[in-house]
Amino acid sequence: MPNQTLDTKGLNCPLPILRAKKSLQRMTSGQILAVEATDPGSAKDFASFCTQTGNSLLTASENGGVFFYKIRKN
Amino acid sequence: MFFLKVNDVKVILTLVAEYHPYILVQGDSIMTTPKSMVIIASQGTLDWAYPPLILATTAAALDYRVSMFYTFYGLQVLKKKLDLRLSPLGNPAMPMPISLPVLMQALPGMEAMATAMMRKKLLSKGVASIQTLRELALESDVRFIACQMTVDLFDMARDDLIDGIEYAGATSFFEAAEGATITLYT
Repeated sequence: MPNQTLDTKGLNCPLPILRAKKSLQRMTSGQILAVEATDPGSAKDFASFCTQTGNSLLTASENGGVFFYKIRKN
Repeated sequence: MFFLKVNDVKVILTLVAEYHPYILVQGDSIMTTPKSMVIIASQGTLDWAYPPLILATTAAALDYRVSMFYTFYGLQVLKKKLDLRLSPLGNPAMPMPISLPVLMQALPGMEAMATAMMRKKLLSKGVASIQTLRELALESDVRFIACQMTVDLFDMARDDLIDGIEYAGATSFFEAAEGATITLYT
């Protein structure tokens, strides 16, 4: 179960990443953030964001145009 | 084949660090300086206000230290009362609902129409407003530096521009840009 969920549906680049960053800042190490997005560019961007910030992208999936990500804060 | 001793590596890195902005040698520790990005933003139309702000906010989210130099028309983006426009004139790449001959694009009202169209599109596609991006940038400690020379040139008052920004000249750009991992001109 995620510790926090974030809905960025309808938002475009770079808002989903900026909102995710803000949520992660308020969380503690080891906690999990679940993100929903509709921006198709977010698929690459969330993977890249996690690589660059040292967080872990646990899962990434898509269902009917909605993208789901689970990020563990490191 | 030969092996380097730890001390040799330190000597080599100290030499490299002298010319390399990202490597710091302090006593026994060798470290890299924090990632940083410096952008010169010289454009003041609604469309061109976006790229520097999108990159700046994203870089801040990726833990870069970001400095933005707003100069010439770019200063319009720092105004408290934003009135950013765009013109279809001289911009053949701008998608218009109906294709208009260049002479018609010069008619009064065309600029307002193109601006209104773009605003509507940005809103409907969930793109952040310039105000929002500006606020997000300031919140994440992006440094905004307004070119003092341009402020004087265009008779602008500091009161016209948003709070929390710095005023400086070209010399300050070099101070921030030297050692920056990314430098962009827009």
